[in-house]
Amino acid sequence: MSTAHDMGGMHGFGPLVAEPEATEPVFRADWERTVFGLHLALMRNGRWNLEGFRKMIESQAPVEYLRNSYYENWLAGVERLLVAHQMVTPEELPGGRPNDEPRVPSPSEQAPVYEKSDAPPRFQATDRVRAINRNPAFHTRQPRYVRGREGSVVRYCGAEALPEAAADGSDVPQHLYCVRFEAADLWGPDAKGRDALYIELWEEYLEPAS
Amino acid sequence: MTDHETLEGHTHGERHSDVPTALALRVKALQSLLLEKGLVAQEALDRIIEAYESRIGPHIGARVVARAWVDAAYRLRLLEDGNAAVASLGAPNREGTRLVAVENTAQIHNVVVCTLCSCYPMSLLGLPPVWYKSAPFRSRVVMDPRSVLAEFGTEVADDVEVRVWDSNSEVRYLVIPERPPGTQHLSEEDLATLVGRNAMIGVERAKTPGAAAR
Repeated sequence: MSTAHDMGGMHGFGPLVAEPEATEPVFRADWERTVFGLHLALMRNGRWNLEGFRKMIESQAPVEYLRNSYYENWLAGVERLLVAHQMVTPEELPGGRPNDEPRVPSPSEQAPVYEKSDAPPRFQATDRVRAINRNPAFHTRQPRYVRGREGSVVRYCGAEALPEAAADGSDVPQHLYCVRFEAADLWGPDAKGRDALYIELWEEYLEPAS
Repeated sequence: MTDHETLEGHTHGERHSDVPTALALRVKALQSLLLEKGLVAQEALDRIIEAYESRIGPHIGARVVARAWVDAAYRLRLLEDGNAAVASLGAPNREGTRLVAVENTAQIHNVVVCTLCSCYPMSLLGLPPVWYKSAPFRSRVVMDPRSVLAEFGTEVADDVEVRVWDSNSEVRYLVIPERPPGTQHLSEEDLATLVGRNAMIGVERAKTPGAAAR
């Protein structure tokens, strides 16, 4: 999904405001503490995973995502998951009392069905690769700023659960690679200095670069 | 709705107040509902919150860095297999993630971000600071890391390569800052006090001994 969460390289968010490390509290308010605890406790029920949680946060309208504070987005993610999994109804949320009205959740965009594969890794360290250009409406962990860009494989990272499938509850391991992109290849002449960006990309995000 | 402020740092709704906000009431309602339905237990909530508020924090990562500074064999193990190395110090990487340590040198300066959400080595550093999760940091550090570092007071020479690590997968990055000069006489325990959270994210350097109390 190309929505507001995918913000690498965006302009206009203003200056960075960093509270001194020594005085920043872990939580700013009691409700943040509760949201954090509820999310972790619910994850342990095994009804969804972290990728499903991310997908629910990202699939809010961009204006909502940006307007919300960090833990408001967590709260929205938890509430949406509870409704999607029919563990609570939207009507129950405001009052905090169960009433067990049946409710069919609205479908969210599903990724294609993936097959597990035993194929060996397609790439190895030092290979030149290109992050494929695409714009999927489903959950992905391939940010926009690398799409269509060329880089070099730094190392093979083993087979890891593909986020596209994991967000919908399927465990489909796929080869994962750490890829280095030169700043100038990502940002062109606007890159500052001869710096580099490292990111992990799943095999289907990559194609050989000539 | 709540009193939304600007997008900068996502500060609204994160202030202390005596009056329960609409948000606080919404969370209270959700908590009551989940407890009543038996979907979560209050004791489990309390345990989780207590762990991340009181026990798990950057002091754990600082121990790992200090050990890497004084023990060359440990440093190599940490660079080769982060999970095994931190587990051997009794600080296991708990979240099913893979820890990768990256080392700052005279030629390379590393800095970590999660542009898509807020992935962070929680087992070693606790919960991330607000700025790490904020739009200004996530949007800018990938394209202009030097100006972000400068805002933290960290100037990086032109001939030093800045490496930005975007934590988009379940790999978590820990920056091993450079050991400050003039610390050869310090114990491992004293060295750990020089290693701040921001240094292990890579936006600052380790403190020099005189400045440790800052």
